[in-house]
Amino acid sequence: MAMTMHVDIVSAESEIFSGTAEMVLAPAAQGEVGIMPRHTQMLTSLKPGEVRITREGGEQEYFYVSGGVMEVQPHVVTVLSDTVVRASDLNEAAALEAKKHAEQALKDRKGDMDYAKAEAELAQAVAQIRMIQKVRKNIGG
Amino acid sequence: MASGKEIRTQIKSIKNTQKITRAMEMVAASKMRKAQDRMSASRPYAEKMHNVIHHLAYAHPEYRHHYLLPRENPKRVGYIIISSDRGLCGGLNNNMFKDALTDMRRWREQDIEIDLCTIGQKASQFFKRFGNISAQATQLGDNPGVVDLIGTVKVMLDAYDKGEIDRLFLVYNRFVNTMTQQPLVEQLLPVEPDGKEKELSYHWDYIYEPDAKEVLDGLLIRYIESLVYQGVVENIACEMAARMVAMKSASDNAGDLIDGLELVYNKARQAAITQELSEIVAGAAAV
Repeated sequence: MAMTMHVDIVSAESEIFSGTAEMVLAPAAQGEVGIMPRHTQMLTSLKPGEVRITREGGEQEYFYVSGGVMEVQPHVVTVLSDTVVRASDLNEAAALEAKKHAEQALKDRKGDMDYAKAEAELAQAVAQIRMIQKVRKNIGG
Repeated sequence: MASGKEIRTQIKSIKNTQKITRAMEMVAASKMRKAQDRMSASRPYAEKMHNVIHHLAYAHPEYRHHYLLPRENPKRVGYIIISSDRGLCGGLNNNMFKDALTDMRRWREQDIEIDLCTIGQKASQFFKRFGNISAQATQLGDNPGVVDLIGTVKVMLDAYDKGEIDRLFLVYNRFVNTMTQQPLVEQLLPVEPDGKEKELSYHWDYIYEPDAKEVLDGLLIRYIESLVYQGVVENIACEMAARMVAMKSASDNAGDLIDGLELVYNKARQAAITQELSEIVAGAAAV
């Protein structure tokens, strides 16, 4: 039997996922990281993006995080997300709208919109859209 | 004795009040259930966060965040006080304010000044007289998000970063059960490691990405925010429970009052009938 570890994904407003997994892929601050059981202790901030969990038996689950912190202990991985929404719940239209909004604000740098904030919003929207498309492909294919 | 009509109007007005209190009781009961759900939904996050902070205390990091370091001789302390927006919830807010004031007195006695941050209308009204409210948030509604609190918490954290305050406390009501709400004063900063240090045979530290300072900054700010958020959510559950109980006793009292008044009314009515009868009989006898 493959080695497994315990994975928790929580956001301030609810618990999203709790269970065992063989591998976790997460969008860390300096690029995506893959965590397997017995990984050394690690603490990293997360970028907006998807967390991919490989359950026992190879089944995969996707979650969207809009940033947060991940703690890795040899047999426990904890994702403290700012807000996590199940990927299938995401509304693509809303995400596109947000992206357009953010891009507009980027172009219009003289506006009172904060540049850094706009960039963060854009990154979030892009990550959400990528996530939705991936989920859709999985369902369709 | 008041006349029949006067008593009737009085009974009617009390009945109207009773209807209102009864409706408020039911509204509070359903809101309380929702608030309790939210409370249990946000608990895992707070627990996980607590675990991580706890692990951090065991690690041997090369960088110690200043939230984790004790500060000697405080010159100024900060309080975050969470109250409800609305009244009619019994002694909930006042009991908590009393506890907060007792706690503040021990600083005042040492000539240490106090900065306040209030969440909720009642706290900002009450503590206006004590001065020095540096931040406040009101009208959060029944379902506040973490977003609503980030601003107010940041004001206090900034003050702590700059050394303007040396301690930060959180005052709120803890939800024990429907009948019991416990006012609490907790120390947020500096973070105190709870209990005994576990014996660790080897030294270890996390790998930090991108670097220790950045990660810990983000983590500790989230930690404080999650504690405050948990406090707010618990306080809402307390508010609803307290209001439900207060409104229930108000409805009961109104019922008692109505019973008493109805007795008086009936007596007056009977007396009037008896009087009339005796007048008629006396009149007939005279004829």
